[in-house]
Amino acid sequence: MSYQKRTKDQLAARVAQDIFDGAVVNLGIGQPTLVANHLPEGREVILHSENGILGMGPAPVEGEEDYDLINAGKQPVTLLKGGAFFHHADSFAMMRGGHLDICVLGAFQVSATGDLANWSTGEPGAIPAVGGAMDLAIGAKQTWVMMDLLTKKGESKVVAQCTYPLTGIACVKRIYSELATLECTPQGLKLIDKVEGLEHAELEKLIGLPVAV
Amino acid sequence: MINKIARSVADALADVKDGSTVLIGGFGTAGIPNELIDGLIEQGAKDLTVVNNNAGNAEVGLAALLKAGRVRKIICSFPRQADSQVFDGLYRSGQLELELVPQGNLAERIRAAGAGIGAFFCPTGFGTQLAGDRETREIDGKQYVLEYPIHGDVALIKAEKGDRWGNLSYRKAARNFGPVMAMAAGRTIATVHEVVELGEMDPEAIITPGIFVHQIVKIDRVATQAGGFKKAA
Repeated sequence: MSYQKRTKDQLAARVAQDIFDGAVVNLGIGQPTLVANHLPEGREVILHSENGILGMGPAPVEGEEDYDLINAGKQPVTLLKGGAFFHHADSFAMMRGGHLDICVLGAFQVSATGDLANWSTGEPGAIPAVGGAMDLAIGAKQTWVMMDLLTKKGESKVVAQCTYPLTGIACVKRIYSELATLECTPQGLKLIDKVEGLEHAELEKLIGLPVAV
Repeated sequence: MINKIARSVADALADVKDGSTVLIGGFGTAGIPNELIDGLIEQGAKDLTVVNNNAGNAEVGLAALLKAGRVRKIICSFPRQADSQVFDGLYRSGQLELELVPQGNLAERIRAAGAGIGAFFCPTGFGTQLAGDRETREIDGKQYVLEYPIHGDVALIKAEKGDRWGNLSYRKAARNFGPVMAMAAGRTIATVHEVVELGEMDPEAIITPGIFVHQIVKIDRVATQAGGFKKAA
């Protein structure tokens, strides 16, 4: 059977579908920010930004940018009614203290048991940068990864053990990808859903690891 | 009479010594005390350790301080930027030492310094390269790494409004590292866009009480991105 990969927007919509009403959520830089555009109507979600914002709103209309009001990716944003500002130590206390319900991050690799590698490829000479990734990964009540399952070369980014430098140990609960949604457990991967037409055996072959049903 | 209002940036920075650790506020375009950084370049202190979330952009501000060869070491969470070429060059050629710290650990280590904490166990970074060889401990079944405070000799921060006692309020996400850095330095210098009479600031809305602030310099609002506004307000 043939199958269609989820597009970037379909993937963002798939993640958004699982964000519950009332959740406080941090969306990582890059692809995860797309999730905000797909939150189902009627669901009230509070977005947290590491640089001291709760109740972050969408990008301002052109001409209304305020460069004191930016997101973690340093792009201008807005503040919703009820929103608040606070300093950096409080912002990261919200993560580390387990006050955030969900964070959605990108990744280079995730292990079947939920180890995350998303801050460095470990290449010699590369300029390292970690930002808030390590705090978020271990702090939120649930850490979700949103990424392509396969690299451009067709290698699985879901692995038995991460080969890139770790961001956190056993911290990822779910992986949302273009082909399937997976749960990471101490026993390994578990299937939540997959795209129509993709056989279970084919998915396991692509990942190279068993996926429990 | 207490009067923390400095006549100029140069006056406020006069005592910064070679070898100082300088905490510099700001995240992205918000809360960067550009005028104080420019003043520090003018002032000439060298062999500095700089603590900032990033490591400078383009050729201005912190990047210019690095380029002038005044900085020995930088402690930050995210040096890599599309326009961090000054840092990149110095780091790759071994002329600048880097201590890379997860952003929350950076904030909390600075806060700890201000709060008189000797060290603290933190879960962030456990089992990663950034935990280095520091002591670890299992507490209630969870793993932690021992983290030490980051004290500053000087803190340079950008606030919005202040009075002669040094009370400060901030503007939107320009608050970021300002309040914790103010606590953690022997001498804290803040720029403000507005100086008001004592009593004019709402006591409920003072974010940094003057006890943490030593000098305030009034800076006119500049209608640039890095100054916090695109449009002059």
